[in-house]
Amino acid sequence: MTQRQAKVDPAGVDRDRRDFLGAAAGVTAASVAPGLMLHRLAEAAPRTEPVTDEHRWGMLVDTNKCADGCNACVEACNRENGLNLQSKPLGADLEKWQDQRAVWIRKVKLQDNVSGHVTSLPLMCQHCEHPPCVDVCPTGASFKRADGIVMVDRHTCIGCRYCMMACPYKARSFIHDQVEHKLTRAPRGKGCVESCNLCAHRLDAGGTTTACAEACSAEGHKAIIFGDLKDENSPLRQALGAQPSRQIRDDLDLNTGVRYAGV
Amino acid sequence: MAIATHRGRLVVIGLAGALFALAAQAEEVGGFVLESSKAAKLDNCVEPTEYMRRNHMELIRHQRDTTVYGGIRSTKHSMAGCVTCHVGYGADQQPVPVNGDHQFCEACHDYAAVTLNCFDCHATVPKGEGWNHEVAALHAHAGSGASAEVAGVLALPAGPRVQVEEGESK
Repeated sequence: MTQRQAKVDPAGVDRDRRDFLGAAAGVTAASVAPGLMLHRLAEAAPRTEPVTDEHRWGMLVDTNKCADGCNACVEACNRENGLNLQSKPLGADLEKWQDQRAVWIRKVKLQDNVSGHVTSLPLMCQHCEHPPCVDVCPTGASFKRADGIVMVDRHTCIGCRYCMMACPYKARSFIHDQVEHKLTRAPRGKGCVESCNLCAHRLDAGGTTTACAEACSAEGHKAIIFGDLKDENSPLRQALGAQPSRQIRDDLDLNTGVRYAGV
Repeated sequence: MAIATHRGRLVVIGLAGALFALAAQAEEVGGFVLESSKAAKLDNCVEPTEYMRRNHMELIRHQRDTTVYGGIRSTKHSMAGCVTCHVGYGADQQPVPVNGDHQFCEACHDYAAVTLNCFDCHATVPKGEGWNHEVAALHAHAGSGASAEVAGVLALPAGPRVQVEEGESK
Protein backbone atom coordinates (compact mmCIF):
# COMPACT_ATOMS: atom_id res chain seq x y z
CA MET A 1 0.00 0.00 0.00
CA THR A 2 2.75 2.36 0.97
CA GLN A 3 4.45 1.54 -2.25
CA ARG A 4 1.42 2.47 -4.31
CA GLN A 5 1.07 5.77 -2.50
CA ALA A 6 4.74 6.46 -2.93
CA LYS A 7 4.30 6.08 -6.66
CA VAL A 8 1.90 8.98 -6.75
CA ASP A 9 4.00 11.30 -4.71
CA PRO A 10 6.97 9.70 -3.04
CA ALA A 11 8.17 12.84 -1.34
CA GLY A 12 4.93 14.11 0.19
CA VAL A 13 3.32 10.90 1.29
CA ASP A 14 6.43 9.44 2.70
CA ARG A 15 7.34 12.45 4.76
CA ASP A 16 3.82 12.81 6.14
CA ARG A 17 3.74 9.22 7.16
CA ARG A 18 7.07 9.38 8.86
CA ASP A 19 6.15 12.61 10.62
CA PHE A 20 2.97 11.08 11.93
CA LEU A 21 4.61 7.91 13.12
CA GLY A 22 7.48 9.81 14.60
CA ALA A 23 5.13 11.99 16.66
CA ALA A 24 3.02 9.04 17.73
CA ALA A 25 6.02 7.17 19.01
CA GLY A 26 7.25 10.21 20.86
CA VAL A 27 10.54 10.25 19.10
CA THR A 28 12.29 13.50 18.28
CA ALA A 29 12.08 15.21 14.94
CA ALA A 30 15.74 14.46 14.37
CA SER A 31 14.97 10.86 13.57
CA VAL A 32 12.47 11.77 10.87
CA ALA A 33 14.64 11.40 7.82
CA PRO A 34 13.17 11.99 4.40
CA GLY A 35 14.57 8.81 2.84
CA LEU A 36 13.61 9.79 -0.67
CA MET A 37 16.62 8.37 -2.43
CA LEU A 38 15.64 4.74 -2.13
CA HIS A 39 12.10 5.37 -3.19
CA ARG A 40 13.07 7.18 -6.29
CA LEU A 41 15.47 4.44 -7.26
CA ALA A 42 12.83 1.84 -6.58
CA GLU A 43 10.45 3.69 -8.85
CA ALA A 44 12.94 3.62 -11.65
CA ALA A 45 13.31 -0.14 -11.46
CA PRO A 46 11.02 -1.92 -13.89
CA ARG A 47 9.16 -4.95 -12.65
CA THR A 48 9.08 -8.38 -14.19
CA GLU A 49 5.92 -10.20 -15.14
CA PRO A 50 5.22 -13.69 -13.77
CA VAL A 51 6.23 -16.60 -16.01
CA THR A 52 3.64 -17.68 -18.57
CA ASP A 53 3.03 -20.76 -20.70
CA GLU A 54 4.40 -18.91 -23.69
CA HIS A 55 7.55 -21.00 -23.27
CA ARG A 56 8.03 -24.57 -22.28
CA TRP A 57 11.58 -25.30 -21.33
CA GLY A 58 13.09 -28.60 -22.29
CA MET A 59 16.19 -30.44 -23.37
CA LEU A 60 17.51 -32.87 -25.89
CA VAL A 61 20.28 -35.18 -24.77
CA ASP A 62 22.18 -36.81 -27.62
CA THR A 63 23.58 -39.93 -26.02
CA ASN A 64 25.90 -40.53 -29.00
CA LYS A 65 27.77 -37.38 -28.02
CA CYS A 66 27.71 -38.02 -24.29
CA ALA A 67 31.16 -39.26 -23.31
CA ASP A 68 31.56 -42.20 -20.99
CA GLY A 69 33.52 -41.10 -17.93
CA CYS A 70 32.79 -37.40 -18.40
CA ASN A 71 31.11 -35.88 -15.37
CA ALA A 72 31.13 -32.23 -16.35
CA CYS A 73 27.34 -31.76 -16.24
CA VAL A 74 27.08 -33.28 -12.80
CA GLU A 75 29.88 -31.16 -11.41
CA ALA A 76 28.48 -28.00 -12.98
CA CYS A 77 25.06 -28.71 -11.47
CA ASN A 78 26.60 -29.27 -8.06
CA ARG A 79 28.50 -26.01 -8.22
CA GLU A 80 25.52 -24.09 -9.52
CA ASN A 81 23.15 -25.21 -6.80
CA GLY A 82 25.51 -25.50 -3.87
CA LEU A 83 25.31 -29.29 -3.80
CA ASN A 84 29.10 -29.44 -3.70
CA LEU A 85 28.90 -27.78 -0.28
CA GLN A 86 27.35 -30.90 1.23
CA SER A 87 29.45 -32.89 3.63
CA LYS A 88 29.04 -36.26 5.22
CA PRO A 89 27.37 -36.01 8.62
CA LEU A 90 29.66 -36.89 11.48
CA GLY A 91 29.72 -40.61 12.07
CA ALA A 92 27.59 -41.47 9.06
CA ASP A 93 28.41 -44.50 7.01
CA LEU A 94 30.22 -43.49 3.82
CA GLU A 95 28.31 -45.83 1.57
CA LYS A 96 25.00 -44.74 3.00
CA TRP A 97 25.96 -41.10 2.60
CA GLN A 98 26.88 -41.56 -1.03
CA ASP A 99 23.52 -43.17 -1.52
CA GLN A 100 21.56 -40.45 0.25
CA ARG A 101 23.30 -37.20 -0.57
CA ALA A 102 21.37 -34.82 -2.78
CA VAL A 103 21.92 -35.41 -6.49
CA TRP A 104 20.00 -33.48 -9.10
CA ILE A 105 21.63 -34.96 -12.17
CA ARG A 106 23.51 -38.24 -12.45
CA LYS A 107 25.28 -40.20 -15.12
CA VAL A 108 23.67 -43.49 -16.04
CA LYS A 109 25.27 -46.24 -18.08
CA LEU A 110 23.19 -48.62 -20.17
CA GLN A 111 24.57 -51.80 -21.59
CA ASP A 112 22.96 -53.84 -24.30
CA ASN A 113 23.43 -57.39 -23.14
CA VAL A 114 23.34 -58.83 -26.65
CA SER A 115 25.76 -56.50 -28.39
CA GLY A 116 27.63 -55.22 -25.35
CA HIS A 117 27.18 -51.66 -26.57
CA VAL A 118 27.41 -49.16 -23.73
CA THR A 119 25.42 -45.92 -23.73
CA SER A 120 26.17 -43.15 -21.28
CA LEU A 121 23.60 -40.50 -20.46
CA PRO A 122 22.76 -37.88 -17.86
CA LEU A 123 19.46 -38.40 -16.08
CA MET A 124 17.64 -35.71 -14.14
CA CYS A 125 14.09 -34.50 -13.57
CA GLN A 126 12.36 -34.94 -16.90
CA HIS A 127 9.98 -32.02 -16.34
CA CYS A 128 6.88 -33.95 -17.38
CA GLU A 129 3.77 -32.26 -18.66
CA HIS A 130 1.80 -34.59 -16.40
CA PRO A 131 4.19 -35.05 -13.48
CA PRO A 132 3.40 -37.94 -11.15
CA CYS A 133 5.19 -36.13 -8.32
CA VAL A 134 2.66 -33.30 -8.55
CA ASP A 135 -0.23 -35.77 -8.61
CA VAL A 136 0.75 -37.37 -5.34
CA CYS A 137 1.91 -34.34 -3.36
CA PRO A 138 -0.43 -33.94 -0.38
CA THR A 139 0.35 -30.27 0.23
CA GLY A 140 0.68 -28.89 -3.27
CA ALA A 141 4.35 -28.17 -2.70
CA SER A 142 5.34 -30.14 -5.75
CA PHE A 143 4.12 -28.11 -8.68
CA LYS A 144 4.62 -27.33 -12.33
CA ARG A 145 5.45 -23.75 -13.12
CA ALA A 146 3.65 -22.10 -16.01
CA ASP A 147 6.74 -22.45 -18.18
CA GLY A 148 6.86 -26.21 -17.68
CA ILE A 149 9.47 -26.42 -14.95
CA VAL A 150 8.55 -28.96 -12.29
CA MET A 151 9.77 -27.85 -8.89
CA VAL A 152 9.20 -27.95 -5.15
CA ASP A 153 7.89 -25.04 -3.12
CA ARG A 154 10.00 -25.68 -0.05
CA HIS A 155 7.81 -23.39 2.01
CA THR A 156 4.98 -25.92 1.81
CA CYS A 157 6.95 -29.16 1.48
CA ILE A 158 6.51 -31.33 4.56
CA GLY A 159 9.12 -33.86 3.52
CA CYS A 160 6.78 -36.84 3.18
CA ARG A 161 8.68 -38.09 0.12
CA TYR A 162 5.64 -39.39 -1.74
CA CYS A 163 6.97 -37.61 -4.80
CA MET A 164 10.20 -39.53 -4.58
CA MET A 165 8.22 -42.75 -4.66
CA ALA A 166 6.10 -41.57 -7.55
CA CYS A 167 8.93 -40.36 -9.79
CA PRO A 168 9.78 -42.98 -12.42
CA TYR A 169 13.19 -41.39 -12.95
CA LYS A 170 14.45 -41.40 -9.36
CA ALA A 171 15.13 -37.73 -9.90
CA ARG A 172 14.45 -36.37 -6.45
CA SER A 173 16.53 -36.16 -3.30
CA PHE A 174 15.63 -35.57 0.29
CA ILE A 175 17.67 -33.38 2.61
CA HIS A 176 18.18 -35.26 5.84
CA ASP A 177 20.29 -32.83 7.80
CA GLN A 178 20.67 -29.17 8.60
CA VAL A 179 22.31 -27.48 5.62
CA GLU A 180 25.28 -25.46 6.83
CA HIS A 181 26.32 -23.93 3.55
CA LYS A 182 23.89 -22.75 0.95
CA LEU A 183 23.94 -20.25 -1.87
CA THR A 184 21.69 -17.24 -2.13
CA ARG A 185 20.51 -18.33 -5.55
CA ALA A 186 19.67 -21.87 -4.42
CA PRO A 187 18.07 -21.99 -0.96
CA ARG A 188 17.91 -25.53 0.41
CA GLY A 189 17.25 -26.93 3.84
CA LYS A 190 16.49 -29.89 6.03
CA GLY A 191 13.25 -31.79 5.61
CA CYS A 192 12.53 -30.86 2.01
CA VAL A 193 12.61 -32.74 -1.23
CA GLU A 194 14.48 -31.20 -4.12
CA SER A 195 15.36 -31.87 -7.71
CA CYS A 196 16.56 -30.25 -10.93
CA ASN A 197 14.70 -27.02 -11.65
CA LEU A 198 16.32 -26.38 -15.03
CA CYS A 199 18.36 -23.63 -13.38
CA ALA A 200 15.20 -21.55 -12.93
CA HIS A 201 17.23 -18.78 -11.28
CA ARG A 202 19.19 -18.39 -14.50
CA LEU A 203 16.11 -18.33 -16.70
CA ASP A 204 14.45 -15.80 -14.42
CA ALA A 205 17.51 -13.59 -14.72
CA GLY A 206 17.35 -13.73 -18.50
CA GLY A 207 19.65 -16.70 -18.95
CA THR A 208 19.16 -18.98 -21.92
CA THR A 209 20.96 -22.09 -20.80
CA THR A 210 21.45 -24.37 -17.81
CA ALA A 211 24.65 -25.13 -15.95
CA CYS A 212 24.78 -28.70 -17.28
CA ALA A 213 24.22 -27.74 -20.92
CA GLU A 214 26.79 -24.99 -20.60
CA ALA A 215 29.38 -27.34 -19.09
CA CYS A 216 28.73 -29.97 -21.74
CA SER A 217 29.32 -27.42 -24.50
CA ALA A 218 32.43 -26.16 -22.73
CA GLU A 219 33.78 -29.71 -22.75
CA GLY A 220 33.19 -29.80 -26.49
CA HIS A 221 30.64 -32.62 -26.39
CA LYS A 222 27.53 -30.53 -27.00
CA ALA A 223 25.38 -33.49 -25.98
CA ILE A 224 22.80 -31.37 -24.13
CA ILE A 225 20.72 -28.83 -26.00
CA PHE A 226 18.53 -26.66 -23.81
CA GLY A 227 15.74 -24.52 -25.15
CA ASP A 228 12.11 -23.68 -25.66
CA LEU A 229 9.94 -26.57 -26.84
CA LYS A 230 7.26 -24.16 -28.00
CA ASP A 231 9.49 -22.03 -30.20
CA GLU A 232 9.67 -23.64 -33.64
CA ASN A 233 12.83 -21.76 -34.49
CA SER A 234 14.71 -22.61 -31.33
CA PRO A 235 17.85 -24.74 -31.68
CA LEU A 236 16.14 -27.31 -29.52
CA ARG A 237 13.15 -27.73 -31.83
CA GLN A 238 15.40 -27.85 -34.85
CA ALA A 239 17.57 -30.53 -33.27
CA LEU A 240 14.46 -32.49 -32.29
CA GLY A 241 13.17 -32.23 -35.84
CA ALA A 242 16.44 -33.35 -37.37
CA GLN A 243 16.81 -36.67 -35.59
CA PRO A 244 14.69 -39.30 -33.92
CA SER A 245 14.40 -38.93 -30.17
CA ARG A 246 12.34 -40.50 -27.46
CA GLN A 247 11.09 -40.01 -23.97
CA ILE A 248 12.33 -42.37 -21.34
CA ARG A 249 9.40 -44.46 -20.14
CA ASP A 250 7.22 -43.07 -22.92
CA ASP A 251 4.71 -45.80 -22.02
CA LEU A 252 3.68 -43.65 -19.06
CA ASP A 253 2.44 -40.84 -21.34
CA LEU A 254 4.02 -38.14 -19.22
CA ASN A 255 5.14 -36.00 -22.17
CA THR A 256 8.53 -35.25 -20.71
CA GLY A 257 10.34 -32.02 -21.38
CA VAL A 258 13.67 -33.83 -21.56
CA ARG A 259 14.13 -36.02 -24.64
CA TYR A 260 16.89 -38.46 -25.54
CA ALA A 261 18.40 -39.28 -28.91
CA GLY A 262 20.36 -42.46 -29.56
CA VAL A 263 18.71 -44.71 -27.02
CA MET B 1 -14.08 16.72 44.05
CA ALA B 2 -10.64 18.11 44.71
CA ILE B 3 -9.41 14.64 45.42
CA ALA B 4 -10.90 13.35 42.18
CA THR B 5 -9.18 16.10 40.18
CA HIS B 6 -5.95 15.38 41.92
CA ARG B 7 -6.29 11.69 41.12
CA GLY B 8 -7.12 12.51 37.52
CA ARG B 9 -3.97 14.58 37.28
CA LEU B 10 -1.94 11.79 38.77
CA VAL B 11 -3.35 9.35 36.27
CA VAL B 12 -2.55 11.68 33.40
CA ILE B 13 0.97 12.22 34.62
CA GLY B 14 1.38 8.51 35.17
CA LEU B 15 0.14 7.72 31.66
CA ALA B 16 2.38 10.33 30.11
CA GLY B 17 5.32 8.91 32.03
CA ALA B 18 4.50 5.40 30.88
CA LEU B 19 4.22 6.54 27.27
CA PHE B 20 7.52 8.33 27.50
CA ALA B 21 9.16 5.26 28.97
CA LEU B 22 7.67 3.11 26.20
CA ALA B 23 8.89 5.52 23.55
CA ALA B 24 12.36 5.52 25.04
CA GLN B 25 12.30 1.77 25.09
CA ALA B 26 11.09 1.63 21.49
CA GLU B 27 14.04 3.73 20.45
CA GLU B 28 16.38 1.47 22.27
CA VAL B 29 14.82 -1.64 20.78
CA GLY B 30 14.92 -0.16 17.31
CA GLY B 31 18.66 0.24 17.29
CA PHE B 32 19.42 -3.09 15.76
CA VAL B 33 20.82 -1.93 12.45
CA LEU B 34 24.48 -2.83 12.58
CA GLU B 35 27.03 -0.10 12.04
CA SER B 36 29.06 -2.29 9.74
CA SER B 37 26.12 -3.16 7.47
CA LYS B 38 25.20 -1.37 4.26
CA ALA B 39 21.84 -0.53 5.84
CA ALA B 40 23.52 1.79 8.35
CA LYS B 41 24.54 4.09 5.54
CA LEU B 42 21.04 4.43 4.13
CA ASP B 43 18.27 6.74 5.30
CA ASN B 44 15.69 4.00 5.51
CA CYS B 45 14.82 0.53 4.35
CA VAL B 46 12.95 -0.34 1.13
CA GLU B 47 9.86 0.93 2.93
CA PRO B 48 9.68 3.41 5.82
CA THR B 49 11.36 2.02 8.89
CA GLU B 50 8.20 1.95 11.02
CA TYR B 51 6.40 0.05 8.29
CA MET B 52 9.22 -2.43 7.97
CA ARG B 53 9.32 -3.08 11.69
CA ARG B 54 5.71 -4.15 11.70
CA ASN B 55 5.27 -5.66 8.26
CA HIS B 56 8.55 -7.07 6.99
CA MET B 57 7.25 -10.60 7.42
CA GLU B 58 4.24 -9.87 5.24
CA LEU B 59 6.43 -8.43 2.52
CA ILE B 60 8.75 -11.43 2.59
CA ARG B 61 5.85 -13.86 2.54
CA HIS B 62 4.26 -12.14 -0.41
CA GLN B 63 7.57 -12.04 -2.24
CA ARG B 64 8.18 -15.73 -1.67
CA ASP B 65 5.14 -16.75 -3.71
CA THR B 66 5.93 -14.20 -6.37
CA THR B 67 9.37 -15.69 -6.65
CA VAL B 68 8.59 -19.39 -6.41
CA TYR B 69 5.56 -19.40 -8.70
CA GLY B 70 6.12 -16.34 -10.83
CA GLY B 71 9.89 -16.43 -11.14
CA ILE B 72 10.21 -12.77 -10.16
CA ARG B 73 13.37 -12.67 -8.13
CA SER B 74 14.89 -9.27 -7.94
CA THR B 75 12.23 -6.93 -6.72
CA LYS B 76 12.94 -4.66 -3.80
CA HIS B 77 11.27 -6.99 -1.31
CA SER B 78 13.51 -9.92 -2.08
CA MET B 79 14.91 -11.81 0.87
CA ALA B 80 18.35 -11.80 -0.73
CA GLY B 81 18.11 -8.02 -0.61
CA CYS B 82 17.42 -8.08 3.14
CA VAL B 83 20.50 -10.19 3.79
CA THR B 84 22.75 -8.20 1.49
CA CYS B 85 21.88 -4.93 3.12
CA HIS B 86 21.59 -5.96 6.75
CA VAL B 87 24.46 -8.38 7.12
CA GLY B 88 27.16 -7.08 9.44
CA TYR B 89 30.87 -7.36 8.83
CA GLY B 90 33.41 -8.51 11.39
CA ALA B 91 36.83 -7.05 12.07
CA ASP B 92 38.21 -9.27 9.30
CA GLN B 93 35.76 -7.71 6.79
CA GLN B 94 33.97 -11.03 6.49
CA PRO B 95 30.16 -11.05 6.67
CA VAL B 96 28.67 -12.40 9.88
CA PRO B 97 25.51 -14.53 9.48
CA VAL B 98 22.40 -12.37 10.01
CA ASN B 99 20.90 -14.98 12.30
CA GLY B 100 23.96 -15.09 14.55
CA ASP B 101 23.90 -13.78 18.13
CA HIS B 102 23.45 -9.99 18.28
CA GLN B 103 23.17 -9.77 14.51
CA PHE B 104 20.37 -7.88 12.78
CA CYS B 105 17.71 -10.58 12.49
CA GLU B 106 18.52 -12.55 15.59
CA ALA B 107 18.92 -9.64 18.00
CA CYS B 108 15.35 -8.43 17.51
CA HIS B 109 13.79 -11.86 17.13
CA ASP B 110 15.52 -12.92 20.30
CA TYR B 111 14.15 -9.87 22.10
CA ALA B 112 10.64 -10.51 20.78
CA ALA B 113 10.93 -14.27 21.40
CA VAL B 114 9.87 -15.06 17.85
CA THR B 115 11.59 -18.00 16.22
CA LEU B 116 12.47 -17.47 12.61
CA ASN B 117 13.21 -20.34 10.29
CA CYS B 118 13.96 -18.47 7.08
CA PHE B 119 17.58 -19.41 7.43
CA ASP B 120 17.03 -23.12 7.59
CA CYS B 121 17.09 -22.81 3.82
CA HIS B 122 18.13 -19.29 2.90
CA ALA B 123 21.72 -18.12 2.94
CA THR B 124 22.68 -16.05 5.98
CA VAL B 125 25.50 -14.21 4.28
CA PRO B 126 25.39 -12.79 0.77
CA LYS B 127 26.81 -15.73 -1.11
CA GLY B 128 26.69 -14.88 -4.76
CA GLU B 129 23.91 -12.49 -3.82
CA GLY B 130 24.22 -10.29 -6.84
CA TRP B 131 24.10 -13.32 -9.06
CA ASN B 132 20.72 -12.69 -10.66
CA HIS B 133 21.57 -9.12 -11.37
CA GLU B 134 25.07 -9.72 -12.62
CA VAL B 135 23.83 -12.37 -14.98
CA ALA B 136 21.00 -10.17 -16.14
CA ALA B 137 23.49 -7.45 -16.95
CA LEU B 138 25.75 -9.91 -18.72
CA HIS B 139 22.93 -11.15 -20.89
CA ALA B 140 21.75 -7.66 -21.64
CA HIS B 141 25.14 -7.08 -23.22
CA ALA B 142 25.96 -10.44 -24.76
CA GLY B 143 22.78 -12.52 -24.82
CA SER B 144 20.08 -13.00 -27.42
CA GLY B 145 17.21 -10.58 -27.93
CA ALA B 146 14.76 -12.68 -25.97
CA SER B 147 16.95 -12.81 -22.92
CA ALA B 148 17.70 -9.13 -23.03
CA GLU B 149 14.01 -8.36 -22.79
CA VAL B 150 13.81 -10.23 -19.54
CA ALA B 151 17.12 -8.88 -18.32
CA GLY B 152 16.04 -5.32 -18.96
CA VAL B 153 13.27 -5.48 -16.40
CA LEU B 154 15.39 -7.21 -13.80
CA ALA B 155 17.54 -4.36 -12.61
CA LEU B 156 17.64 -4.10 -8.86
CA PRO B 157 16.05 -1.09 -7.22
CA ALA B 158 19.04 -0.55 -4.96
CA GLY B 159 21.04 1.43 -7.47
CA PRO B 160 24.62 0.85 -6.38
CA ARG B 161 24.63 -2.66 -7.79
CA VAL B 162 24.44 -3.48 -11.45
CA GLN B 163 22.80 -1.12 -13.83
CA VAL B 164 21.14 -2.88 -16.72
CA GLU B 165 20.72 -0.95 -19.86
CA GLU B 166 17.48 -1.71 -21.56
CA GLY B 167 16.91 -2.78 -25.12
CA GLU B 168 20.57 -2.79 -25.89
CA SER B 169 21.39 -6.11 -27.43
CA LYS B 170 18.85 -6.44 -30.22
